[in-house]
Amino acid sequence: MATKQKTFEASQPAETETMAVPQANQFLRVASRADRLASSVFIMPSVLVVLFLAIFPLLVSLYLSLSRFKFVKGGFEIKFVGLANFQKLFLGLEKTHFLGVFAFPSVVGWMVLASVVALLIYALFRGFIQRRFKARSLIGNVLVFLFITALLWMIMSTLGPGGRPGTLVVTLLYVYIGIFFQYTIGLGLALLVTQHIPGRRFFRVIFLIPMMITPVGIAYMFRMLVDTDKGPFEPIWQALGLGLFSWVNDPWGARAAVMLGDIWQWTPFMFIVLLAAIEGQSSELLEAAHVDGANRWQAFWHITFPQILPVSTTLILIRMIEAFKIVDLPNILTNGGPGTATESLTLQAFIYWRSLDLGTSAAIAYTLLFLVTFIGMAYISLIRRRVAGEI
Amino acid sequence: MKSKLFYILTTLIAAALILAACAPAAPAEPVVQTVEVIKTVEVPGQEVVKTEVVIETVVVTQAPAEKPYEGVELNILTFTGPQIAEPLQRRGPDFTALTGAKVNVIVVPFSDLYSQILTDAATGTNSYDAWVFAPQWMVDYITPGYIEDLTDRVANDPSIQWEDVGAFFRDFSATFSGKIYTIPLDGDFHMVYYRSDLLAQEGLQPPETWDDYLAIARTFHGQDLNDDGDPDYGSCISKKRGAQAYWFITDFAASMIQSQGTSQGAFFNPDTMEPLVDNAAFRKAMEVYKETTQYGPPDELNLDVGDTRGLFTSGRCALSMDWGDIGTLAIDPATSTVQDKVGAVITPGSTEVLDWATGNLVPCDATTCPNAIDGVNHAPFAAYGGWSGGINATADQLKKDAAYAFFSYMSAPAQSNVDVTIGPTGFNPYRTSQFLNRQAWVEAGMSPAAATNYLGAIEASLASPNMVLDLRIPQNQRYQGVVLDTAVAQYLAGEIDLDTAVQQIYDGWQAITDELGREDQAAAYQATLGVQK
Repeated sequence: MATKQKTFEASQPAETETMAVPQANQFLRVASRADRLASSVFIMPSVLVVLFLAIFPLLVSLYLSLSRFKFVKGGFEIKFVGLANFQKLFLGLEKTHFLGVFAFPSVVGWMVLASVVALLIYALFRGFIQRRFKARSLIGNVLVFLFITALLWMIMSTLGPGGRPGTLVVTLLYVYIGIFFQYTIGLGLALLVTQHIPGRRFFRVIFLIPMMITPVGIAYMFRMLVDTDKGPFEPIWQALGLGLFSWVNDPWGARAAVMLGDIWQWTPFMFIVLLAAIEGQSSELLEAAHVDGANRWQAFWHITFPQILPVSTTLILIRMIEAFKIVDLPNILTNGGPGTATESLTLQAFIYWRSLDLGTSAAIAYTLLFLVTFIGMAYISLIRRRVAGEI
Repeated sequence: MKSKLFYILTTLIAAALILAACAPAAPAEPVVQTVEVIKTVEVPGQEVVKTEVVIETVVVTQAPAEKPYEGVELNILTFTGPQIAEPLQRRGPDFTALTGAKVNVIVVPFSDLYSQILTDAATGTNSYDAWVFAPQWMVDYITPGYIEDLTDRVANDPSIQWEDVGAFFRDFSATFSGKIYTIPLDGDFHMVYYRSDLLAQEGLQPPETWDDYLAIARTFHGQDLNDDGDPDYGSCISKKRGAQAYWFITDFAASMIQSQGTSQGAFFNPDTMEPLVDNAAFRKAMEVYKETTQYGPPDELNLDVGDTRGLFTSGRCALSMDWGDIGTLAIDPATSTVQDKVGAVITPGSTEVLDWATGNLVPCDATTCPNAIDGVNHAPFAAYGGWSGGINATADQLKKDAAYAFFSYMSAPAQSNVDVTIGPTGFNPYRTSQFLNRQAWVEAGMSPAAATNYLGAIEASLASPNMVLDLRIPQNQRYQGVVLDTAVAQYLAGEIDLDTAVQQIYDGWQAITDELGREDQAAAYQATLGVQK
């Protein structure tokens, strides 16, 4: 009895424990569900804000790109027209303005086109041979190859004799020529400032100033600078016999003026990020290289550059996305002129928007969005990840 | 219970008294007064102007005893000045002192003004109570019901002296389908300005035809015209894209396209809305327009009217085309080096005009050019129509009243007759009294001869039975500001040839017309051309 009593007493806590386990499990389940729900509940306001501020306008502008805006009695009407606005841009009235006038590429054009296509085919083939590509990524890479080839064909055809670049090609020129010079000059200045030269702190601040100025101010400043008749460089132009030359009357002169302003404005951005990357590199490696007898160029090419490459690729990606939206400089400097020589995609969309041709404006904006997304994704998958992986 | 009732009654009475005190005062009744008016008399055959004092009976609105719009704040939108915004800003405090209403003048770049007004109204934001804008855009604001009908207000407002406003500005700038929607503050016509001293030196007459214009420009191009040692320019015309270039091409084209009077039209065949561009007249106009670039500043394709005005008044151009602004800017001693060296003349014409049936140019005769002067068909272009004030239909009643009172105040002769003589205002004459009372111009700094010349050029344009009305059909901004502007800019820059430019304009205009409805657009165009002058 005593044993039984003992057994009973001993079993009391065990039973309680047995009952408590499911309760605890239930509690844990509820707590876990609450945790999951809580995260959703806490995230929901942000999601709703993002949906409202980003996704909703994106959907509305998509609808606008497929419609036409018209004033009617008592207000306005938005009529669905399908792909008519895109058809106007790619095949219709706006084709020469948007894509440009196509002509047979020049010999140089053919050579550039052939070189790049050969390079792309080689990269594609090597990737395929090395079985680096899975089926899905192979399709993606083929698509990127076709897209880049088409873009290059368009650039070479419209820049050749008899051709005329449209706003799409002009934008691509602004982006890639601009980035090339911004990166090169920014890197040069960053390397210079990391040297132990007197006044380097002062120059760090000075080099940053252009980035602080509003683009409209820069546009007006460059408008004055390139004015050969009244601008501050007028005596120099006169002395060079270029007093009657106007940058902004010549298509390439005007494009150069826009690109100069853009390069001047955005080089500091490249400079400051590259400076941070250079200063953040491992000094032991550099010292070891110097001890081993490496000269400055070898130290830069084999040690510094590989170390700043991941930062550089990200920097170029950010700048590329931003540069596609260029509008202030061509708008203020030349209004897109002479003719349409300096008109960017965003400026073209803006011109249509301000005359309330909202459908065409939205169609241009969506084309730009597609272009930037595609180029950005291709850049990430083909270059940035590879560079980051190799380092 | 009784005390509760007493409190309620007392509160109601107090509230009624407060409301009555806050309500705007009843408008002052107009009264008839006799006033002394200085009239200018011209001596026939001589360029002599003298003045005499005449007693006249006029109807005036007495100044209200109290400030009727105390506490009202008006937001008025116009373009980035200094022109147009300057007089509104300058006279705003005076208006506040008179009426109590505070005037905020908000400015946006000219190219954004049209869409800014429309998007603000269409989205229901309604941040602006009134706008000062181009009357040619009016139709886009009337159709959706964004702009207030001012017909009754004008009819009951003797102080605005509506009959004194030039007939063209009353009937075209301010009125649509018989209703008044805007108050004119400015009169706009294109004219040709020339350096009278230079032409006199060379024994040349002001240009009557475009060939004359080119010949004079050619003569003076490359010479030092302001004695600063640098070569100057034969002709300065604003040709910047997104600015005023597309208005100036119409000056050239209209003189060869429209010859049978204003109602004939210069942009479209009013019956079919067929664009009047694929013909010999428009082609020749484009060629002449492009040829003027040879005698202009090197960066002429990037100059807006502000730039060309500065060049002309600093003595660097022999010829220029502009609205009335150069006339008053040229007398400003602070900026002008060509005071009393400027002449103005009706826009040149053509001795050949378009045969609408064949699309070819035919010589002027009594049939082809019934309005020709000495065998030259002139078609002065009322470009833009003159800055005018319109009121947002959704604004509060008190704000609408205050906005109307402000525009009426700005347009009244006491203010506007002074403002039109000041260059930086951007306002040009549009009232009969402004043409008759030349004393005001003499006091502003013009010589009597220069005043006669300047006002005479505007009067000649206004009096022309072949005046060209600016395009005032729905979405005219797309026709002119996008399609025409782009093609003209591309042609001038050498991006496209003449045939491509013509085809581009023709196709672009046809596409817009088809999109908006050919019959609707034709009806709107016919309604505009049917305006009684």
